[in-house]
Amino acid sequence: MSNPRDVVITGIGLVSSLGEGPDAHWQKLAQPGLQPVLETARFAPYTVHPLPEIDWNLQIAKRGDQRQMETWQRLGTYAAGLALDDAGIKGNDELCTTMDMVVAAGGGERDEAVDAAILAASESRNDRDVLLNEKLTTELRPTLFLAQLSNLLAGNISIVHKVTGSSRTFMGEEGAGVSAVETAAARIRSGQSTHVLVGGAFQTEHSDMLLGYELAGYLHRGPWKPVWQRQGAEGGGVVSGSGGAFLVLEQRDHAMSRGRKIYAELGPVVSGRARRSRGELDAEIAGLLSQAALPNGRLLAMSGASGAHAATTAEKTALDAVETIAARGFSTLTGHMKEAQFPFAVALAALAVDRKAAYPVFDAAAEKPFEGIPASVLATAIGYHQFEGMALVKSA
Amino acid sequence: MTNFRDHMGRPIVAVTGIGVVTSLGVGKADNWAALTSGKSGIHPITRFPVDHLNTRISGMVDFLDSSSKGASPLTYELAETAAHEAVAESGLDSSDFGGPLFLASPPVELDWHERFSLYNSDKQDAGAERLLRVARGLKELDIFETTQFGSIADRLADRFGTRGLPITLSTACASGATAIQLGVEAIRRGECDRALSIGADGSATAEALIRFSLLSALSTHNDIPEKASKPFSKDRDGFVLAEGSGALVLESLEAALARGATVLGILRGCGEKADDFHRTRSKPDGSPAIAAVRAALADAGLSKDEIDYVNAHGTSTPENDKMEHLSLSTVFGERIGSMPVSSNKSMIGHTLSAAGAVEAAFSLMTMRESVIPPTINYDNPDPAIVLDVVPNKKRNAEVRSVLSNSFGFGGQNTCLVMAREPV
Repeated sequence: MSNPRDVVITGIGLVSSLGEGPDAHWQKLAQPGLQPVLETARFAPYTVHPLPEIDWNLQIAKRGDQRQMETWQRLGTYAAGLALDDAGIKGNDELCTTMDMVVAAGGGERDEAVDAAILAASESRNDRDVLLNEKLTTELRPTLFLAQLSNLLAGNISIVHKVTGSSRTFMGEEGAGVSAVETAAARIRSGQSTHVLVGGAFQTEHSDMLLGYELAGYLHRGPWKPVWQRQGAEGGGVVSGSGGAFLVLEQRDHAMSRGRKIYAELGPVVSGRARRSRGELDAEIAGLLSQAALPNGRLLAMSGASGAHAATTAEKTALDAVETIAARGFSTLTGHMKEAQFPFAVALAALAVDRKAAYPVFDAAAEKPFEGIPASVLATAIGYHQFEGMALVKSA
Repeated sequence: MTNFRDHMGRPIVAVTGIGVVTSLGVGKADNWAALTSGKSGIHPITRFPVDHLNTRISGMVDFLDSSSKGASPLTYELAETAAHEAVAESGLDSSDFGGPLFLASPPVELDWHERFSLYNSDKQDAGAERLLRVARGLKELDIFETTQFGSIADRLADRFGTRGLPITLSTACASGATAIQLGVEAIRRGECDRALSIGADGSATAEALIRFSLLSALSTHNDIPEKASKPFSKDRDGFVLAEGSGALVLESLEAALARGATVLGILRGCGEKADDFHRTRSKPDGSPAIAAVRAALADAGLSKDEIDYVNAHGTSTPENDKMEHLSLSTVFGERIGSMPVSSNKSMIGHTLSAAGAVEAAFSLMTMRESVIPPTINYDNPDPAIVLDVVPNKKRNAEVRSVLSNSFGFGGQNTCLVMAREPV
């Protein structure tokens, strides 16, 4: 039964190697046997799913604003703009100034050339701290700091799109995306917010973004494989991708009163922190599945599995144990997008509900077909290293 | 019978534990003694060489075990130390806290010392390629953990037995206040009876200092460090980078009283408003800050005449102090000239991600002790800023309610209203 304070999804902004916007993603992902877009040379031995060509002007009108950002912030600001446009909020002062925002963010890009020069010089200098001062004071571009600060993605969204009701930035890899969606939904359900912009972006085409995984050996090396088939292959199993996902979440009444199209209802959003070193992950995933109030019958699941061996095995085992679940590991086609992973999963789930059709298998060897109309779709993000979350997306 | 609901029918949120660390020391007692005697914690930088640097002073916390171990370990220790004090004071189980954790902390990056040591442990290739190859051969997770944005909160969650997925957040210089706001909101929504909110920042590295310096945000009054931070003074020239932590145990008043806890104060209202003007400058008319203050008052159910004292953001930058004065005088009208408004940052510097939490801790103590800490270094008042800044010496005063301001880079403004008594 619908409630006026239900959380509904009225805007979706997506960017990935597959293209931009919900329609483009649906069209691509609905094609059986779609091949991923891969960049295998630039970061060899690592493969990444690169950004598509983007005309930033379409969502970030001022060149001056574009110049103040690096790709990560531009990407997030762009994806946020797509979601606002899609929800009919962009350019509406009244709706933008009262809109709350929760962004899931990591950090922005460092200057690779400056860093490489400092590292090269460090080979012949023992006074490395002095070297650092010398180089950083003279070679850093002053405004680069602003392009690196986690909270400045949200800051740029306020500046470019005028979303100013409130602005919070959550950090912490996939878990940040989970908490962002969970908090936004809780605000709406409790009547604190009527409409919230929530999402994140990840720009993986930068050595530091790869290093963030590889300091623990998480990246897959060698020939590309689908996300479920990387166990035993060289490396740690993660293939990352650049992308962004923003959602406009809205109180049902608020959306209806302005006559907006509703993609889907966002049902329960659940999260957890397994102490993985104590072997709690399997039980945590099972617990989240039971809290997510899964409906009877067949269920499509948009899994954000990263490919990281331990976490992906645990998730696959748990999903396979529920016979009625047909999972789709979308990282096979988009790569792992860290903070944006969970919002992306929720967006893909909402699209399937809206289009009344399931995605075909992304990996015929590991995924089961799903026939019929998916009235509910599960979205998951089991962190490659820590933190877990799920949401159930339902027909509106 | 005590009323456990506020003016909007939500659970009243009490503070039952407070912890704090700044350059003035560890714990409330040392900090309060220093703060009320007008002592500055700003000192010359010794953690790294200051060659080539325009700013050579800071409010770094140099006396913890992790002080020289990098931003991530120090931020953890700062958070852990403040949280330990707060949870111990609350009387709750310090290894099984049983509520959610909200941590305001700085964005993390691979420390330069680690970068150097990884890079120089090998000779093959150069630049990022070499770093990546060395990285994938590491056998320990220690360095990796310092680069994960969720790791500090994950460790704190283990340490204190908090519940669920901990939230790590950044709203720049408003972060500490946002962490408290998230805790208040979770209790008000009935998601929990208690929450642990922490703001911690141990990220005063050379690179951080240089980055702020390149934005012309820092004071360069190096000669007499303790005089460098001078909020609301005519010759203020920037903030002083500092470290610290503040932690609050928040509880529904009902749950706190039911278990016989001592109520240290009430977190009465939170307000926020984002600025869409510029990445480092605020809107010239001050409207976002004004809206944040008004939102906090409205949320608290208090009129502007019911605020006794303002714990200012007061960074000592030319821009902030002017804008803060504009917004306060707009909200409070003529009364602002006679209302005490002081800046803790005159003594502890700007603790960035921790500031909102540290200053909330001091605001609560101000009410409990009936003593207002001064704004020190107020020797040369800015004639354009007419405020009672509680100049140079503490003042004894009954303080029933405090407004604490936090205004961040990137336009994130958060204000808290705290009260001494529930009603």
